[in-house]
Amino acid sequence: MKSASTLYDVPGPRAKRRNVLLTVLFLVALAVVVWWVAQSLSDKNQLEWVKWRPFFTNSGAWETYLLPGLKNTLIAAALAMVIALPAGALFGIARLSEHSWVRGAAGTVVEFFRAIPVLILMLFANAAYAEFTDVSPDSRPLYAVVTGLVLYNASVLAEIVRAGILSLPRGQSDAAKAIGMRKNQVMRHVLLPQSVTAMLPAIVSQLVVIVKDTALGGALLGFSELLASVRPMSANYGANTIASFTIVAVIFVVVNFSLTSFASWLEGRLRRGKKSTGAVVRADAVAELATPGEHVSRDDLGGPGSTSGK
Amino acid sequence: MFDFLEGYDLLGAFWVTVQLTFYSAIGALIWGTALAAMRVSPVPLMRGFGTSYVNVVRNIPLTVIIVFTSLGLFQTLGVTLGADNFTTINFRLAVLGLIAYTAAFVCEALRSGINTVPLGQTEAARAIGLSFPQVLRLIVLPQAFRSVVGPLANVLIALTKNTTVAAAIGVAEAASLMREMIENEAQLILISAIFAFGFICLTLPTGLFLGWVSKKVSVKR
Repeated sequence: MKSASTLYDVPGPRAKRRNVLLTVLFLVALAVVVWWVAQSLSDKNQLEWVKWRPFFTNSGAWETYLLPGLKNTLIAAALAMVIALPAGALFGIARLSEHSWVRGAAGTVVEFFRAIPVLILMLFANAAYAEFTDVSPDSRPLYAVVTGLVLYNASVLAEIVRAGILSLPRGQSDAAKAIGMRKNQVMRHVLLPQSVTAMLPAIVSQLVVIVKDTALGGALLGFSELLASVRPMSANYGANTIASFTIVAVIFVVVNFSLTSFASWLEGRLRRGKKSTGAVVRADAVAELATPGEHVSRDDLGGPGSTSGK
Repeated sequence: MFDFLEGYDLLGAFWVTVQLTFYSAIGALIWGTALAAMRVSPVPLMRGFGTSYVNVVRNIPLTVIIVFTSLGLFQTLGVTLGADNFTTINFRLAVLGLIAYTAAFVCEALRSGINTVPLGQTEAARAIGLSFPQVLRLIVLPQAFRSVVGPLANVLIALTKNTTVAAAIGVAEAASLMREMIENEAQLILISAIFAFGFICLTLPTGLFLGWVSKKVSVKR
């Protein structure tokens, strides 16, 4: 454990005794909290087996509420990602343009959408579809959620793409220019293909953000995704609100945790890889890239010459 | 052109957004620091707790947490957090949810700050005979604090944007006023532009300023 060894020496006899004492104290504190939570849950009859049974003994709750909800969550997330990626690539490349007006325009769009909460974009999209188009009210929530997510995430992905391209060693584009490639050949044949691998970890961890943000549609736009299945479930299975929330949260954690682990596995593989330049946009750089302001520079974000994230 | 604004408390709504951000930021900083201390502590049980908390909470949508504070904590378990009217209860519940969620990100920012201090620094400090408190006070923390400004600023801005989720449990902040206004008024584009502008005013200057500060104070390696 690196963080532990940065701060502490190997414990001696006294430190070992102190650590055991701390472990016991912490265990007691934890037990008190767990006991208190369990007590207040059972006071409101939330721990009765009747309330948890629907999720374990038969498939009814899963087939009627949870799986269709999860399906809608994943559909919205996948659609948003598929639409936002090319748009993001376009803006990311535009921000690297040699023409200042293209750079400026793309930069303004990216900064604008990164500075606004995604919920504002969803609310706007929802009302805009109702007013200006004849999308049916049934499919409007999906349209609104996807549109909001695309507007926001395209700008984050634009930054990921730009960071990915800038993470490549300068020699790559120098060499491509030296053998006489044009600007767009350099981009299409040399920089983009290599940067796609470099930015994969960041793209996967942005997918986690997208999956989480679909829940906004469930709470505020009437989109029937996973979170929205809590209300009908607790109405049908005897007010088992706590049980329903627990199951929904567990599903979200399982889905997102697998994505997060996949992203860090990818990152490790790319870093160790001998075939590529070793350039990579860190999976946890997305938090930074989603914030307004300039965060991308050649020696930042885990490029080959950088110390960050290593 | 702006008559439709009559009867709506635009500044009041953004003031609630600012308040949500302020209280949640302070709470998340405290709880997040405690979590980060656990995650780097020499006690395996505390490390395990910190790691599990961060991994679980980071992967649950904030919306689920906020809705849970209302449907689960308040309506099912009767948690009122010492308030007696719905407005205050919902506000406090939203702050509680935002703290629980944001603390996980604060913890990660702080931990990454500590991790940027190279091992050689502490090894050298120990080699010249500094005690553990001295290592922490003179070598590790001064470097860690400087590299933590940028990541914490990102968390703060993300938190500002995340306060809109409180609209899901009826806190009268900016997003819920926007929802109400586009329902009742016709000027959709104009209303959206006003709210977008409001959030840009909150997030962009903070982002640019804190980005500049973090560049200024960060340790060049």
